[in-house]
Amino acid sequence: MSEPIRLRTPLSDKDVERLKTGDRVLITGVIYTGRDAAHKRLFDLLREGKNLPFEIRGQIIYYVGPTPAKPGRVFGSAGPTTSYRMDAYSPTLIEKGLKGMIGKGMRNDVVKEAMKKYKAVYFAATGGAGALLAKRVKKAEVVAYEDLGPEAIRRLEVEDLPVIVINDVRGNDLYIEGEKRYQKK
Amino acid sequence: MREINVKLITEKIRELCMEANTDLGEDVIQAFDRAMEKEDSPLGVEILKELKENARIGKEEKVAICQDTGFAVVFVELGQDVHLVGGNLNEAIHEGVRQGYQDGYLRKSLCHPFTRKNTGDNTPAIIHTEVVPGEKVKITVAPKGGGSENMSRVVMLTPSDGIEGIKRFVVQRVKESGSNPCPPTIVGVGIGGTFEQAALLAKKSLLRTLGSSNPDPDLDKLESETLTEINQLGIGPQGLGGRTTSLAVHILMMPCHIASFPLAVNIQCHAQRHKEVTI
Repeated sequence: MSEPIRLRTPLSDKDVERLKTGDRVLITGVIYTGRDAAHKRLFDLLREGKNLPFEIRGQIIYYVGPTPAKPGRVFGSAGPTTSYRMDAYSPTLIEKGLKGMIGKGMRNDVVKEAMKKYKAVYFAATGGAGALLAKRVKKAEVVAYEDLGPEAIRRLEVEDLPVIVINDVRGNDLYIEGEKRYQKK
Repeated sequence: MREINVKLITEKIRELCMEANTDLGEDVIQAFDRAMEKEDSPLGVEILKELKENARIGKEEKVAICQDTGFAVVFVELGQDVHLVGGNLNEAIHEGVRQGYQDGYLRKSLCHPFTRKNTGDNTPAIIHTEVVPGEKVKITVAPKGGGSENMSRVVMLTPSDGIEGIKRFVVQRVKESGSNPCPPTIVGVGIGGTFEQAALLAKKSLLRTLGSSNPDPDLDKLESETLTEINQLGIGPQGLGGRTTSLAVHILMMPCHIASFPLAVNIQCHAQRHKEVTI
């Protein structure tokens, strides 16, 4: 296996274009958390023509609802949640400049088309490796929707967060390719 | 008649919630090891190593192995010669869950179905109580994550579908679930009973130790044949491609109505968490 690519946020079109399906990537910089309920609120704001609670251009959203942090720790366990539930909202956010999403599980064709058209990528983090991934979070603060508890939007500063490129801007999909490669007829 | 104060049950539930979420069973870790030996995909092997490392961190640092600390599913085997005193059994269980999820820094993952407002303390628990002979109380806490639960199904097959129909449905369910339920999974299968009983059998089958055989030789054969077909799908660890899509298929079966052939598939992610205590 090749060495992982180091990526610093925010991401430009050029950063995103050079990523290929199957690349292992280590992300450093600011990323935002958001899952089901937060996505619905962001989507509703855009539909009403209002501003989002954070600048979305060039950013990455991590689909995660962490456990509470234990005393003396920066962050609780923080693995990805399943992404398809965000499919209804993602194309609108991508159109507004979102460059990356981190989750697990396959995206639908509408999201994949939006990624191609507006240049964005979809990464997977290892589902269920929450204790391991928490160690890569160096700072965390709630920036919106504190009432949502684990679903609030948090601004994270991460260092070398390990992810894999599932969908690149050329329309490739690691889930489809991987399954085909190891399938026994 | 033996008296047991329900306060003791609250205390035990509290401990089991914390233990189950941080300390992955040795049987699961051994299943990762066996899978690593068979896995052809280098990326798949990396994932399995990560899962082992993650389990080590959870156990040593007493933190949740997965942020989805789940719905607290509680199985109670209540001896009929036990007299519970000091309060209401169900409330004592909810209180144990409340305390365990608060004191263990576990995520509160339950909400109102319509408003999506969080219940705030991870209650209510799902409680399955069975009255059994004797004067002991056995409690099992099995936290269940949402991602894998969402991939589960109940279907009322027709008797003519036969064993092949079961295999076909289970394999198809795993295939369609793809990377969503955090493979490698454990596939819980309930056959027979009624609509709701099939689902309960599927859930209960997940409590069996990984790597153990089914005591019914016919079911043991069906488990192994179904697992072989599942692991030919190519989905692999985390759905990135590979041989290890599932670690095991577990089946529980009981008689059904002459008109029916109920089947339930309860998918369990690799974080197969459950802890037991007998009072």
